[in-house]
Amino acid sequence: MGEIKLMKGNEALAEAMIRAGCDAYFGYPITPQSEVLEYLSKDATQRTGMVVLQAESEVAAINMIYGAAGCGRRVMTTSSSPGISLMQEGLSYIASAELPCVLANVVRGGPGLGTIQPSQADYFQSVKGGGHGDYRLIVLAPSSVQEMVDFVRLSFDLAEKYRNPVMILTDGAIGQMMEKVELFDQMPRKTEFPDWATTGKPKDKERRYITSLHIQPEKMEEINKHLQAKYKQIEKDEVRYEAFNLDDAEYVLTGYGLGARICRKAMDILREKGYKVGLVRPITLFPFPKKVYEEVANRVKGILDVEMNAGQMVEDVKLSVCGKTRVEYYGRMGGMIPSPEEIVENFEKLFIKGEA
Amino acid sequence: MSNNIETAKFRPEICVDENLVYRKPSTLLPEPFHYCPGCGHSTVHKIFMEVVEEMGIENDIIGVAPVGCSVFAYHYMGVDMQQAAHGRACAVATGIKRVQPDKYVFSYQGDGDLAAIGTGETIHAANRGENILVIFINNGIYGMTSGQMAPTTLEGMVSTTSPHGRDVKTQGYPLKMSELIAPLPGVAYVTRQSVHKPANVRKAKKALRQALEYQKQGLGFCLVEIVSNCPSNWRMTPAQANQYIDEKMLAFYKLGDIKVPEVK
Repeated sequence: MGEIKLMKGNEALAEAMIRAGCDAYFGYPITPQSEVLEYLSKDATQRTGMVVLQAESEVAAINMIYGAAGCGRRVMTTSSSPGISLMQEGLSYIASAELPCVLANVVRGGPGLGTIQPSQADYFQSVKGGGHGDYRLIVLAPSSVQEMVDFVRLSFDLAEKYRNPVMILTDGAIGQMMEKVELFDQMPRKTEFPDWATTGKPKDKERRYITSLHIQPEKMEEINKHLQAKYKQIEKDEVRYEAFNLDDAEYVLTGYGLGARICRKAMDILREKGYKVGLVRPITLFPFPKKVYEEVANRVKGILDVEMNAGQMVEDVKLSVCGKTRVEYYGRMGGMIPSPEEIVENFEKLFIKGEA
Repeated sequence: MSNNIETAKFRPEICVDENLVYRKPSTLLPEPFHYCPGCGHSTVHKIFMEVVEEMGIENDIIGVAPVGCSVFAYHYMGVDMQQAAHGRACAVATGIKRVQPDKYVFSYQGDGDLAAIGTGETIHAANRGENILVIFINNGIYGMTSGQMAPTTLEGMVSTTSPHGRDVKTQGYPLKMSELIAPLPGVAYVTRQSVHKPANVRKAKKALRQALEYQKQGLGFCLVEIVSNCPSNWRMTPAQANQYIDEKMLAFYKLGDIKVPEVK
């Protein structure tokens, strides 16, 4: 059993980063994730020798990530929505150059400067690309402080396995709330680096270069095909989700992250009221767990998708069920959090009373 | 194609060091340069790779290529390289240097890259005293996008976006990045050189070597600005372009050391 602590989500994430043997963190303050940089600034360097640097902007931070990731190091940055928007250029380059790295987006309400309260409005940006060009991030959505810890280590492993950026898509509530967590033991930092890493030209070997520029379209198409094949492989092998009470379910609630957590409570209330309701919670948003929706679509009367946005993941749910069952959405926006009671009320309105 | 060398009598006795006038450094890859005739980039690539060879550090140096004409610098420089997004070379170099402080790290950037879109990254890397070398090629124009006004374009200078000559009242003044950066305490060495004449090439090479020596000593940020040309987009022959450097560019961008480390 690992060390047990009561920790804030952002701090737990930072602690997990240190313990996962992260080599460098580059970040910029923004509410509600500034605790990550603050926590690391205390003694991360003394503990493991990792680099912790406050960049002059998120634009600079993501490019420092590019440079350090290009040297084969375990690197991570964190930000919140407006800052993540600024990182999209760098992310596109990182995805194209196939550099492993981990990001966390502690999402706040948008658009624009928005609010500092929790939101899920960056779903499209995270799972559909975000920057220019055809690329994908692997996106993990924690719904507890424990998962903030566990997903850091998982993200590094996935990033390195696929040479792809991984996004931990969380929100201001999970970042700020305190929960009991079990921490994994300190892992050593890497001492050997992959062949492609720019660590200085090896003697008697070709020098290496990291680039996303391939001026001949034939070559660039090849790169695109390679990336798409990689994403297909990820869709085949890395789907993760949780499902509850699907065996007898007549209806399914679905949501991710904090939304899923609220849905669990709503599901319990609905079950007490006598409705046979199950829950699907995608853990990976890319790759999206299409199959579980496809499967339940054949036997349920409807799916209620709950999100803290205007309805973004609901599009992927609809694509997965392919019109085989009714899919409805309920959500709050701009930093507002739906209550379990609101979800119950809207479920009854939509599916039982038919008031929609 | 007939080749006179094949028919010429090979005289090994004259192939001695004292007769050597030109040799391609082993650190320069066998790729023909894509640069326009007369362009300064090829010269700077060559002398910098000579420095790397002479210092014997080709296994201990990592470079960052910019966006601009020298975007393919990594096709020619035979060392580990990373290609950065437009303007972000100093941030990328920071990332590389911070995780490998025992390696030499340099960026190679043009004026659009370093002095326009990347001004922020450049100034902050300098101000943090990042122990890196920035090679800054200033030819007063955007070359790769074919001749638009740069932040360094001289007053009155014609470009495709200042076709009536740069009007400083509406288009701003030419920016002297070296003078802007030199006063920052994290900066060790700032010098402005050129490669339009053989004597200047030798001085520029010396400055590049000096900067890497300072990096070895951990003195901080070094900027070697090289005032260069762009015959194609200046609409000049190479000879005219070099004359323009002498008469116009160097009148505004004065050559010489702007900051040198204090001798202890």
